[in-house]
Amino acid sequence: MAVIEVPAARPLRWYSPQRIATAYWIVGAALVLLPVVASSFVLTQIFAWAMILGTIALSLMFLAGYGNMVSLVQMTVAGVAAYMVAIFGSSAVDTISLGWPWWVAVPLAILVAVAFGTLSGALAVRTEGIYTIMITLAIAAAMFYLVRQNYTLFNGFSGLNQVRAPRFWGIDWRSPVPFYYLSLAVAAVSYFAVVYVSRSPFGLALQGVRDNPRRMAALGFNVTWHRIAAYAFASLVAAVAGVLLVWLNGQVSPGTIAVGPAIDILIIAVVGGISHPIGPFLGALLYVLLRTFALDILVSLGLAGERFQLLIGLGFLVVVFFSSDGLLGLWRRYRERARRDPLTGEVADG
Amino acid sequence: MVRFVERHPIGSAIVAFLVALLVWAIFAPWPDSLEDLVGRKKIFLNALFNGITLGALYFLVASGFTLIFGLMKNVNLAHGSLYMLGGYIGYEVADATGWWLLSFVVAFVVVGALGVLLQYFVFRRMEGQDLKQTLVTIGISIVIADVMLWIWGGDFYQILTPSWLTGPVELPLITGISRRSGDYIYLTYPVVRLVILLAAIAIGVGMWLVLNRTRIGMLVRAGVDDRDMLSATGVRIQRVFILVFAFGAGLAGVAGVIGGTFQSMAPGEDIRFLLASLVVVIVGGMGSIPGAALGALLIGLAEQFGSVYAPTYAVVLTFLIMVVVLAFRPQGLVAVRR
Repeated sequence: MAVIEVPAARPLRWYSPQRIATAYWIVGAALVLLPVVASSFVLTQIFAWAMILGTIALSLMFLAGYGNMVSLVQMTVAGVAAYMVAIFGSSAVDTISLGWPWWVAVPLAILVAVAFGTLSGALAVRTEGIYTIMITLAIAAAMFYLVRQNYTLFNGFSGLNQVRAPRFWGIDWRSPVPFYYLSLAVAAVSYFAVVYVSRSPFGLALQGVRDNPRRMAALGFNVTWHRIAAYAFASLVAAVAGVLLVWLNGQVSPGTIAVGPAIDILIIAVVGGISHPIGPFLGALLYVLLRTFALDILVSLGLAGERFQLLIGLGFLVVVFFSSDGLLGLWRRYRERARRDPLTGEVADG
Repeated sequence: MVRFVERHPIGSAIVAFLVALLVWAIFAPWPDSLEDLVGRKKIFLNALFNGITLGALYFLVASGFTLIFGLMKNVNLAHGSLYMLGGYIGYEVADATGWWLLSFVVAFVVVGALGVLLQYFVFRRMEGQDLKQTLVTIGISIVIADVMLWIWGGDFYQILTPSWLTGPVELPLITGISRRSGDYIYLTYPVVRLVILLAAIAIGVGMWLVLNRTRIGMLVRAGVDDRDMLSATGVRIQRVFILVFAFGAGLAGVAGVIGGTFQSMAPGEDIRFLLASLVVVIVGGMGSIPGAALGALLIGLAEQFGSVYAPTYAVVLTFLIMVVVLAFRPQGLVAVRR
């Protein structure tokens, strides 16, 4: 019997370009080339802001989508990171700010925020389902009242302002184009980190815990520690976004971490869809566009511009009522309908 | 109780000692050394009474919340909005007619009717879908909050106390001894707060009686224990649900009128009271009325004592109570048997 040499198909490594779907190339190229066409307002106030909010919502999506833990504390974790950057770094309130260089302040801030998020998570995982929402909401609100009432550390109602993004490598990172690329990089790294973790053994075990905690416990997995570790990872993502948030706004105040913004993050994640990491970014872009242009839309419809919250609330209600998985769910339903054969009702593959 | 003492002799001795200490602190005039240490007795007594009355208000809000949760497993995050709506409606009625008592009736009926609509059009369609209910009620509370901001604006509103309830009353509690004449000085306290406290106690006792001594209460308790079995025995459970939801919402409306009388109404109060009811039911135990009473009392006292003796950290104290309860009794202090 002759041995025939069959050239083995080259295995696809993670870095081979064929493995990456076309959509990624298109979206990535569009985002990288955006500064060529877009104005600095569009770059910072729409896209950078949407990426930051999207990253915070991504941390919620990770917890809710893969762990079934809807945590309202993610905005607070980001806010803690923002406050810590202002406290360890420099701000206009020099009685509070320590004025340390950014490469000390930022890692410390992230560390504190992750510790805070993990501790909140450790509290929240003692309960399940609906109780998690209530407890994280209570933690978020308690933190809001604490920073509003505390003047020695958080400067109370007015918060800390004039927080500047650092300059290094000869670049002012607060100017629009560098800041846009910085947020894009953070968003992309967070996105791929979430995708990677969700496919890692830890992520798979977490999804197992989501689907059936008792069976996972019987198989020898420590359910509680998986959940707490998920909170720690999500806190890391939210904390990095929080650092960018304080650099974008230049200030941080109790309003940043009030209950309203915490719920906005939930709305962003749910409207976008919590079954895939891209959902939060879609939701964030929609939210930011609405937030920026709702005034003009409302005025052109003859309504008062302040009714923005009403618009957001009603839109949210409609999405939640009609789709259990936000925009992603609507898209999936549309795809399925398009693929369905009108005669047999069967769904074609592909 | 006898068995509890037999089983935990040291614990009950400590509790008895603490209770005796509290009774002494309330009734006896304080020696100077104690006043130097913790401040004047009048401040202590005022904080105590303010805490109890605030607890009464929290109880009214939270008991509706916990009743709805206990029976239907509905988490109604729009409960704070119902509270605030009740307050605004009470203000409008009291302002237009001048009848303070009428505003309670109107607030109860209107907010209760809104509760019926909520249960009929929203919750009945998504039974058992926790997350969806939560999200929808968050959406509803955003919409209600913005509509209320639209109608009533961002101003502070306070419902005027009727003339027969204004002014202070002297309580038979000694706050100190007059330096000049050597007479005892007694505590004076606003009448309206005492009336509200009594009303809350009456409502609480009434609720307990209805739940434990009447047929409808029996249905509700059976529904809390096993909903499917109850509906299998032929009870029209949807009607019981609507009734309980209407009552819980109406109670929030009544609490709104009370809150508008001895505090004030402004945007943001809805979230404050939603948070308060959440903490109260987490501390007290989900779905339990006595738990809500205990939790409300604890949180009210903690908030008032905190704001008197450690103003910056009042909220943290409330939060600490919640953390300690969650760490040692995640099911709440007065847990429902399961």
